[in-house]
Amino acid sequence: MHLLEITGLTKSFGGLQALGGVDFHIDELEIVSVIGPNGAGKTTFFNTISGLVVPDEGRIVFEDEDIAGLEPSEITRRGIARTFQNVRLFPDMTILENVMVAQHCRTETGVWGALFNTPTFRNEERAIEERAKDILGFFGTRLTGYRFRQPAYVLSYANRRRLEIARAMGTMPRLLLLDEPTAGMNPKETAELTGLIRKLRDEKGFTIVVIEHEMRVVRDVSDRVVVLDHGVKIAEGSYDDVSSNPDVIEAYLGRPAEEGA
Amino acid sequence: MNQTVTRRSATDLDWDRVRRWGIYAGLTMAFLSSIGMVENLDKRIIVDPILSLGFLALLWVPVAFGYAATYEEAKEGMAAPEKGERDLVGGLVTGLIGGLFFVAFIAIADAVDLRGVFPRIGPALIDLLTFDRGVAIGSLLWLVISGLLGMFGGLLHVLPDRVRRAVTNALAAVFLVALVEIAVVDIFESLRLTVISDWIYAKNGGVTIAGAVVIAALAALSSVRSEGDAVVRFRTRYATMEGDERKRFNLIAGAVAVVLAVVLPMILGGLTNELLANVGLFLLMALGLNLVVGYAGLLDLGYVAFFAVGAYTTAILTSPLSPKWTPMLTLDFFSIEGWVVMVVVVAVAALSGLVVGTPVIRLRGDYLAIVTLGFGEIVRILFLSDWLAPAFGGAQGIRNIPAAVAGPVEINGTKPQTIFYVVVVFVGIAIYVAWRLYHSRIGRAWAALREDEDVAEAMGVETTKMKLLAFITGAILASFGGMIFAVKVGSVFPSSFKLIVSIIVLVIVIVGGMGSIPGVVVGSLVLIGILGGPTQPGLLAEFGEFKLLIYGALLVFMMLRRPEGLWPSVQRQRELHQEEILQDAWLKAEAADEEGKR
Amino acid sequence: MTTTAERADFRFNWVDSFLLALRIAAIFVVVWGTVGALALGFVGEGLSGSAWKDLIVAGLAQGSMYGLIALGYSMVYGVLGFINFAHGEVFMAGAMVGFFVADYFFTSGLWVSNFIIAILIVLVVAVATSTFTAVLIEKVAYRPLRNSPRLIPLITSIGVSFFLQNAVLGLVGPAVKTYPQAPTWLSQKISVLGLQIEGTKLLVIVIAVVSMIGLWLFVERTKTGRAMRAVAEDKEIAALMGIDVDRTIVTTFAVGGAMAGVAGILWALLFRGVSFITGFLPGIKAFTAAVLGGIGNLVGAMAGGVLLGLFESLGPNVVLRGLRWEIPFGLGIAALAAGIAVAVLAWRRGRVSVASLAGALIMLGVAGIGQWSIVIPGLTQLKDVVAFSALVLVLIFKPSGLFGEQLADEDRA
Ligand SMILES: Nc1ncnc2c1ncn2[C@@H]1O[C@H](COP(=O)(O)OP(=O)(O)OP(=O)(O)O)[C@@H](O)[C@H]1O
Ligand SMILES: [Mg+2]
Repeated sequence: MHLLEITGLTKSFGGLQALGGVDFHIDELEIVSVIGPNGAGKTTFFNTISGLVVPDEGRIVFEDEDIAGLEPSEITRRGIARTFQNVRLFPDMTILENVMVAQHCRTETGVWGALFNTPTFRNEERAIEERAKDILGFFGTRLTGYRFRQPAYVLSYANRRRLEIARAMGTMPRLLLLDEPTAGMNPKETAELTGLIRKLRDEKGFTIVVIEHEMRVVRDVSDRVVVLDHGVKIAEGSYDDVSSNPDVIEAYLGRPAEEGA
Repeated sequence: MNQTVTRRSATDLDWDRVRRWGIYAGLTMAFLSSIGMVENLDKRIIVDPILSLGFLALLWVPVAFGYAATYEEAKEGMAAPEKGERDLVGGLVTGLIGGLFFVAFIAIADAVDLRGVFPRIGPALIDLLTFDRGVAIGSLLWLVISGLLGMFGGLLHVLPDRVRRAVTNALAAVFLVALVEIAVVDIFESLRLTVISDWIYAKNGGVTIAGAVVIAALAALSSVRSEGDAVVRFRTRYATMEGDERKRFNLIAGAVAVVLAVVLPMILGGLTNELLANVGLFLLMALGLNLVVGYAGLLDLGYVAFFAVGAYTTAILTSPLSPKWTPMLTLDFFSIEGWVVMVVVVAVAALSGLVVGTPVIRLRGDYLAIVTLGFGEIVRILFLSDWLAPAFGGAQGIRNIPAAVAGPVEINGTKPQTIFYVVVVFVGIAIYVAWRLYHSRIGRAWAALREDEDVAEAMGVETTKMKLLAFITGAILASFGGMIFAVKVGSVFPSSFKLIVSIIVLVIVIVGGMGSIPGVVVGSLVLIGILGGPTQPGLLAEFGEFKLLIYGALLVFMMLRRPEGLWPSVQRQRELHQEEILQDAWLKAEAADEEGKR
Repeated sequence: MTTTAERADFRFNWVDSFLLALRIAAIFVVVWGTVGALALGFVGEGLSGSAWKDLIVAGLAQGSMYGLIALGYSMVYGVLGFINFAHGEVFMAGAMVGFFVADYFFTSGLWVSNFIIAILIVLVVAVATSTFTAVLIEKVAYRPLRNSPRLIPLITSIGVSFFLQNAVLGLVGPAVKTYPQAPTWLSQKISVLGLQIEGTKLLVIVIAVVSMIGLWLFVERTKTGRAMRAVAEDKEIAALMGIDVDRTIVTTFAVGGAMAGVAGILWALLFRGVSFITGFLPGIKAFTAAVLGGIGNLVGAMAGGVLLGLFESLGPNVVLRGLRWEIPFGLGIAALAAGIAVAVLAWRRGRVSVASLAGALIMLGVAGIGQWSIVIPGLTQLKDVVAFSALVLVLIFKPSGLFGEQLADEDRA
């Protein structure tokens, strides 16, 4: 049984078909890359899984349950977390708070606890903070120490991406969806992040789907690669298989002129 | 000054700008006169024989506009703009142009009878504006006055910081002392120190000249001795306090506030107590709205509906004249009956929060604002209608709401002290609630959904639930306000619950600082304390009919100039001081790196 | 969204259920009231045929006035993406200044001797005033706020609105100013298309239609109009194409203001009384109309205005009055049966439209079986409740309007 199994996922925006019946699956502790040219529907694929976009058709079965059409927060609670292609942090909240707020769905004290400052509430708050610090510690010293109390917007671009991953980790997911985690990073940072993605799986036990444009990263991290083009899966397999697949090359380089017409 | 700056001559001015601001100044003065401000406020004296509030309402204009016309922004990385005679000249010319326009206005008003269109522009106004000396002399005087005041405005740029502060503080202090006349006289009377208050204040109101001189001197002296702007310094310190320190400070401030709240009403007279009770009532509502607007980012323009719900529920539960249901409970805070009333009020408010909140929370922010406004109006019109009059009394409302009781004490509007105490308790509760919630999982969720709703949802925050929670909490706080209001006034009727109440509460929150509890406190003190509520007078009761005009202008001004409010919340402070914090972060990073290397 | 699939658009949660209930209640009340009014009319208890026609004409006239004001909201929202709450005051300013001119003409005799010339001059003055006010507001209050979050200019415009109201109150006093009576030949009824239309109302409709056509030609056919559409589409790209964005925005406000000025005179013709508060309610209603027609959509704004005018005129007198009518028992049973049938057959599909149909039918059935009858006294008092309910319902259920929004991408969502 797969951790996540998607069948016939379809989504259109007006007349434009962003996803045309995609089948997909991922197993526990796998890292799968989703690649494809711009506008292939990769982000839409993530959006439908995480519930931000309701699919027109198709089943998204996560741990034996069809989650298609659930509220995003419900899906997150079930154990799927994501990052965004265009980094969307809570810029005016502190770095620590960004990770703390992500634990919302894993904690439960409500109004009473907060009002009467109950022991449960205090313990939970302490636990939330500890866990957040712990998660941020995963990224070395970049997001720790004096950084805890700084607003998120002070961070450099690469650090924002890291914080976004940390925030996703804060929701304590089983499945992590990373949308172009290395976009805008320099080669050194990219290499480091590649290692980090593996570490996320090996040490933290996350199952990971990653959208990537950087082929080196794809090669280094993925157990399996899925290629989307115009909302359709055109290839799937190991990196080597996929990278030599003529359909994939064609999708990236464009069709030969005589066929294009 | 910087050596490399080439000296600019006294006439090297942005003449266009000076002319523009001069014209604005003249038009503003003419406008303020035409709406009757000068005439109406003339009765209130600021400095006994020489200055009334009415003239003050005119005289600030050339000063402010002269200042604005010669204001030059110090640009990052550029030499500071050179200050000198040219500022004086600029201010002077601005004032003169303003004066010229104003004089033209007086002349026209004198020559043509405009009363058919502008009922306030009559002979009485002309006499007042010309100091009873005829248009010619009056005009000449205005030119001189306006020019000099404009020059004073320009001078403010030239003066060294310390001197400028001394001057402005001295002026502000005199104004402030005149402003709080009622309260001070009140206190000094109950302390039997009328000697002092008689000396400071003249018989027919206003500060005496001698008093003014002394106050100004004291204020100037004290400000010369201190460094920088005390308020700003304090606020920045507060914003940068770390967890424990801030907690300690909050505790101390809270304790002081409690002591003040207990002691003040005893030494204050009825009028001042009434005023403070009103401040507290609006503060209570503002705290609630702050939760909705400031924390959760939902612009609720129908907030008054919850206030009304609280008031009507209380009226129905307690008044013998309630047309339909007459349980006639007593709002006794120390008995079961009183608690029943409060529980019902809370329940009804929560329910109405849910009913209003549910359909709107999926809407985008601006539509939400308009829909809540619609709900607020619907509620008011329904309370007013004949249809529901059998239950709510229509336009007459529900009268004879009995006093609330706390042990042996009766609480009602005739004894504003008692109301004030009750208000203080509920404000305390509201502050506590807001503060606790803000620093909890719920507060973080609100902050997240205010910053980016979609992402908050994707990160597992149940945004609908959290928004509803904000709506409901806000509704409950407003309903407490309504409950106290009903007891205070002794009757409820629909005209107390107009849209304007929502707007004024919103102005308080915005002027104070969205999302900032101290800001909201300051906002209510300043606005309700000085200007007053929709029907309740403030310290400047004379402003009565111009109140809404000022509230409107203030809202616009704050949005344009200081959207973060007088006392911004820490988060908004962050937004504002992004650059400094970025710099700070950079320095800290350097330091940390150094440490790492060692 | 092109939902071809079977996926439910209804989720069993608190918010969706509440919204469904609200929708059912609204449909139920409107259907019951309308059918009731017709049925009562049939047995001679309701409105007479001519009363119906009068209401429709009044609705058309008022509606075209709302439509003209709505254009201003719609254009500003289309271009700048915020609600210009002060637009109602722009309208009021035109009507107010127009009054003083009209009053002057009345004393000088022109109003009576040559009404057409007089009213045209008044119209020009009102249009000039409103245009000036709108442009001034844009310059002083909104321009510095370009690119700030949507709520900031909205809050500012609320401030502007209150400032203007109270400035006018201060300047001219609180009394309601009454326009001089239009000449008698204008108040006679003229027969058009089978409707007996009062001359004033006909004039109102004619002026509105002419202005609307003028505006449409302006937007579609002139260079400035094209620039406006380009700026509404995307400000940055428009700027790159060499369009002066600031000037175009000023033009937008000016044109919106001019239309509000025309509306001000229509108001004067219809109701005659003007005071500082006059702008508030028509403003809110016109905003509703703009949303109803699809904000940013000019033809939609006009259509929305007419619809809202009709609804407002018929709402209290027809729908609310019709609630007196007891649904016949047999009909009730039939409705209930039909409702249950629809529910049983189609509930599983989870479509909101089906569920609300079923719900409304069942409610009608219950009302019929229970022989409900609601008699509401003082119906005219509830005129504004009807208008505000329309506002609330339109914004909640049809925020994208009947004829489609036309907004820049950044302003959506
Ligand atoms: N909310 C939306 N409304 C309309 N069209 C959309 C929406 N979201 C995505 N699309 C369209 O769907 C198509 C797929 O977009 P998507 O963002 O999924 O591509 P992508 O593979 O992530 O591309 P990139 O590599 O550039 O990130 C695009 O043509 C895009 O314009
Ligand atoms: Mg993408």
